[in-house]
Amino acid sequence: MKLIIAYIQPHKLNDVKQELYKSEIYKISVTNAMGCGQQKGYHESYRGVDEEVNLLKKVRLEIAVNEDFVQLTVDAIIRGARTGQIGDGKIFVTALEDCIRIRTGETGKAAIG
Amino acid sequence: MDNATLKIALDTMWVLITGFMVFFMNLGFAMVESGLCRAKNAVNILTKNFIVFAVSTLAYWVAGFGLMYGDGNPLVGLQGILFASGADNSPATADAYAGVYSALSWTGVPFWAKFFFQLVFCGTAATIVSGAVAERIKFLSFIAFSFVLAIFVYPLIGHWIWGGGWLASLGAFDFAGSSVVHSVGGWSALAGILLLGPRIGKYKADGKPKPIYGHNMGMATLGVLVLWFGWFGFNPGSTMAANPAAIAHIAMTTNLAAAMATLTATLTSWYIQKKPDLSMIMNGALAGLVAVTAPCAFISVPSSAIIGAVAGIIVVLAVIGFDKLQIDDPVGALSVHLVNGVFGTLAVGLFADKVIAGEIGTDSSALRNGFFVDGSLGQLGAQALTVVAVAAFVFLSALIIWAVIKATMGIRVTKEEELAGLDIGEHGMEAYSGFQIFTNI
Repeated sequence: MKLIIAYIQPHKLNDVKQELYKSEIYKISVTNAMGCGQQKGYHESYRGVDEEVNLLKKVRLEIAVNEDFVQLTVDAIIRGARTGQIGDGKIFVTALEDCIRIRTGETGKAAIG
Repeated sequence: MDNATLKIALDTMWVLITGFMVFFMNLGFAMVESGLCRAKNAVNILTKNFIVFAVSTLAYWVAGFGLMYGDGNPLVGLQGILFASGADNSPATADAYAGVYSALSWTGVPFWAKFFFQLVFCGTAATIVSGAVAERIKFLSFIAFSFVLAIFVYPLIGHWIWGGGWLASLGAFDFAGSSVVHSVGGWSALAGILLLGPRIGKYKADGKPKPIYGHNMGMATLGVLVLWFGWFGFNPGSTMAANPAAIAHIAMTTNLAAAMATLTATLTSWYIQKKPDLSMIMNGALAGLVAVTAPCAFISVPSSAIIGAVAGIIVVLAVIGFDKLQIDDPVGALSVHLVNGVFGTLAVGLFADKVIAGEIGTDSSALRNGFFVDGSLGQLGAQALTVVAVAAFVFLSALIIWAVIKATMGIRVTKEEELAGLDIGEHGMEAYSGFQIFTNI
């Protein structure tokens, strides 16, 4: 079992969702996030005062999958989120010790699927 | 109905409807100020804007109106002070008038129409202060100041200029209140800001300002357009009579000044900040309105365009200048009401035109031509004296009032309360309970 965490551009969320659906990956959590990478923020000003904003608005995806879905999921996120521009985001894949479905008490592979 | 009765009816309709429009400006101020401040202080700012008109109503009824318009000496009204209960036979005018409020005997409307129209102007002066001291002042301290402003400071200046006092005798003119309303509010706000100090986090250790973003620009836009609309009551209504030529002319000069100021503020902001800042554009519209308030009934239409154009430039420079001086004014009240109240008062001395005023029926024997009309300095001198007198009296008395409040009940909320927001600290509630404000999706 793996937990796939991806930070993507907010406006690419819909494309990523569609690609995931095409690969039959339906279970996903989405949260608002702030972050910065190579893009280094942007410039904002208000009432004559400048501010360098270095935290950009991002969307964070979390998808727990069984081993045979890891590559499919990563590929789907890349297909949906990639523009080739700085700021497209990053994907982290981490090991997942366990997973429990609250309603049934199922654990492990059965709970993810 | 005979013609005289019909005239009284039409004039009363005009005075009351424009008075109701000025009352509506309370909504404008509430929306502008809360929109330009942070979400955590929205309830507090809305509450201040709500209650300040009630406070002004009480104070102006108890003694404010009498001190302002009662017959008395050049400094203060002395008759019919309490509860506006002096003798009065309005709508009789001029020689037929028998009462103690003779400074208002030129307008032929019932007494309570006069009172109501003057009251909403007093309320406007008081509400100007609220935005400038926002996000850090104690609620009760603000109420206390507003009461004293409405019962004493505003009426005294009003008596000097509108109530037959010494500035009126010297031939100073302020048609709808660039000085009486806007400068009075502005100087009071400046004194409050100086005693309060800036909001936490507004200035870095080296003195450089940091932006503190307004939380709802849509709300602020609603407010400014409400104020612009209300100004068509504020200025044309100050004729206090449905005089067709005058109210049409004043509606035109008022609107043109606002439009020109909007445009020049946009250009100035665009040039200085590289992009046009909506909050600056909106301050520009208000600056044009404030600046044309004093001269609107005495100037040509092209003059109103020039006054507005200048107002739009100086308001943007003033916002940036006050920030450089570390005078923290979250909504730009000083740049709009104080700086342009002063400019508008002086503009009478620059642009007043007796031919125009004669044509529309707003001329008086005391009015002199402005400097740009015939090169004379007489009217400008009277206007400059007005600016200095209002500055000295209002700023000093406001400093004393704020200082007394600071020494007795305190003026500023605690650091912990300021950081958590005044909504929780002062009122125990939130403006947007249940909403997650920050969202990217």
